[in-house]
Parts: sequence; C-alpha cells; structure tokens
Amino acid sequence: MKFQSTYALVMKDVRSELRTRYALNALLMFVVTSVTTVLFALRSDNPSAQLLAGMFWVVVFFTAMSGLSRIFVSEEERGTTLTLRLLTIPSVVFVGKLVVNCLLTLTLTAAVSVLYVWAFPGFAIVSWDVFIATVFLGSLGFASASTILAAIIAKANVRGSLYPVLAFPVLVPLLMTVMNATARALEGETIALAFGDLQVLVGYLLVMTAGSFLLFDYVWVE
Amino acid sequence: MMTLAVQAKNLQKDFNRRTIFKGISFELGEQRSLVVTGKNGSGKSTLVKIVAGLLSATKGSVEYRTGNTNVSIDDIRDRIGFVSPYLNLYDEFDAVENIKVLSSIRSSSVPTDSAIQTMLERVGIAARARNLVRTYSSGMKQRLKYAVAAIHKPDLLILDEPTANLDEEGAAVVRSFVREQEERGILVVATNDPAEIRWGKIIVRL
Repeated sequence: MKFQSTYALVMKDVRSELRTRYALNALLMFVVTSVTTVLFALRSDNPSAQLLAGMFWVVVFFTAMSGLSRIFVSEEERGTTLTLRLLTIPSVVFVGKLVVNCLLTLTLTAAVSVLYVWAFPGFAIVSWDVFIATVFLGSLGFASASTILAAIIAKANVRGSLYPVLAFPVLVPLLMTVMNATARALEGETIALAFGDLQVLVGYLLVMTAGSFLLFDYVWVE
Repeated sequence: MMTLAVQAKNLQKDFNRRTIFKGISFELGEQRSLVVTGKNGSGKSTLVKIVAGLLSATKGSVEYRTGNTNVSIDDIRDRIGFVSPYLNLYDEFDAVENIKVLSSIRSSSVPTDSAIQTMLERVGIAARARNLVRTYSSGMKQRLKYAVAAIHKPDLLILDEPTANLDEEGAAVVRSFVREQEERGILVVATNDPAEIRWGKIIVRL
C-alpha cells in the first residue's frame, strides 16, 4: 500500500467534490426531500420505535443509492478512469475511494440523524452509545458495499437503475441489523443487549471490505 | 536508478472473437524507440495500452526489467509517462493543481513550484496556469498532458497520436520531448504520420 498516493487520491476527491458538488448536492437534497415526505406521511400518527428506525434507514439507503455511485461514475464520465489506472495500483484506488465514500456516508447519516431528531418527537434517542455505534458501523458497512458496487456498475450502460438493484440483496443483512439496533437505541436498551447486533455489523464490515479489496483488482483492470 | 527494459513476447489481442493483432514481439532498452503504425482499427492504441499495462493481452506477455530483475507493471508506474487523446485530466482543477495532484497520486515526490512553472513555460501554457482546465482548448489540454507525463522525467514515454490537436508550435514542443526521451530512456509512439514514423528505431506495422 502506498499511503502517500492514497492520501493524495482522497484529497483529490474531497477537493473535487467540494468544487463540483457532484455527489454532495444530490445526497443532501435527497435527504431533505425524503425526510420531509416521511414527516408528512407520519405526522398524524404516533409511530413506533421500530417503524421510525426502519424509515430512518430507508432514507439512508435510497439517499446512498442516489449519490455514492458517483465516486466511480464521475471518473468514468470524465474519462479519467484510465488516467488513474495508469498512475497508481488498484489497491490505492480502492482504499482512496472507500475512504471518500465513508466520509460521504458519515456526513449523510449525521444529516439524517439531526433532521430526524428535530422533525420527529418520537425519534428520541435514549441509548446514545448504541445509536452512535450503530450509525458509525452501519455507515461504514454501507460505504464498503457501495464502493465495490459503484466500481462494477461504472462500466455498465444503465448505471442508475442497476445500482440499487445490485445493492439491495447485498445490503439486506446490514439493513436488517441496523434497523434492529437503532430500534434498541430508541427503546433505551443497553449496549450489552445490543452487542449481538453490533457484532454482526463489525463482521459485515470486515467481510465486505476484505472481499471488496480482493475483488477490486478484477473489476478495475480491463 | 536501474535502467528499465521492456520485452513484448508474441502478443495477441482479441475483442470478442475478432483477432486485432497477433505475433507481436519486440525488445526495448535504453535509447530505443518503437513506432507502432497501421491503418485505422488495426490496434495501435490497443498495443500501446498493453505496453503501459492498461489492457491485458489475450495471448503473450509484456515483461519489464530493471537491471537484471523482472518487475511487475505496478513497480514501475511512477516511471511511465503517457500522452493520448483518451487519457483525460481533471477539468475542475487548473494546470498547476492537475500536475501536483496527479504527480502525488503517481508517487510520493511532488514537483516543486519552480519545476512546474518551468514545465508549463516549456509547453506554452504558463500564462493560463491558474485557469481551470475546462476553459482550455483541446490543443492546450494536449500540451498540459505533456507537462503531466514528462514532469517526472519518465524512463518510458508513450505517445498515442502525439501531435493530435496541436499547432506547429505545439508540434515543435513534442519533437523536443521526443529528442529528450530518445537520449534518456524508451519512447513508444503510435502514429500514422510519416514524419513521426521516422522517430522509431523499431517499427511495428499492424
């Protein structure tokens, strides 16, 4: 691993993103519109913790699907994929893109969390430690799965529709676990009771990242 | 630094069931230049991409050696420069940013500001160094590609359609890079221009 090159790639993507707002605008607009829609849909009800936790991650899932593929699609559209392939080794590209997607996903889940706490009185987080651990591990798991899928679909012609279709079965175990753990945080369960869910999230993150790292060479090199 | 050598052995490339070329072999060491020529669709760009490690050959192999040691393409990426119409730069950055960003991704050594300024003056775009690349003409982008490809003094310089989009002044800059590379290392050119074909000590006709 070349840490200097990886750092340079991350900084390139961050600076590029701040300048072009390719993914950031799409993510934040989607967050605002989807949270508003959910707010109007549930305003007269008193939704359960399970339902609110589910809606929280539905918003995160569809928002992530609208923006995270940009990390590779934008390189493909600008014709810079070959340039990156010439300059550095695949592992540098994978780790660099993964770090950027992690930063984007953490920003996204932080924004959704703030909006949910503000908009839904029922979304009262009792166990903050469980919630933060769930959101952190869930975001990293999302980013890891999204990164390799983005690399795969960047070469396809029908990228927009292919991404959520491919992502859904891969993300189902993660979604089920984070919904469950988030509901536990809302119901005030201790971290000891949520430990099983957090173990699943750590396991998912490790398996997905290791598998993606090994697979990426074949996706990246033509 | 150890001298770089490149050896292609019996290269063949198929796209689906169509064979583009086969049986291509050559050996390149210091001060050796290769020109690949042939009609449109004969596989010139494909062959230089294989030499640069951007594509894999269907059959045969390209081996890279530094001194007497075989190395992989990943070990020598920071010793390659490549200019072609299909290798794009980042439109949202200016010329200086492109050179710095791409150099730091390529290797840990980032060129100094004065080295960048000298290179931009050499390729004739110093006056527009701080303008975003999206405002450049295609010829200016081509000149910037030369700056990015040559700033680290590569041992292997690959040029695909070297003077595409360039005016006479730009073509003269390219010839100066070619002369410099012929003395320093290996030059690989894909072209159909009769004047550029004469740059090669080894000529592969596809």
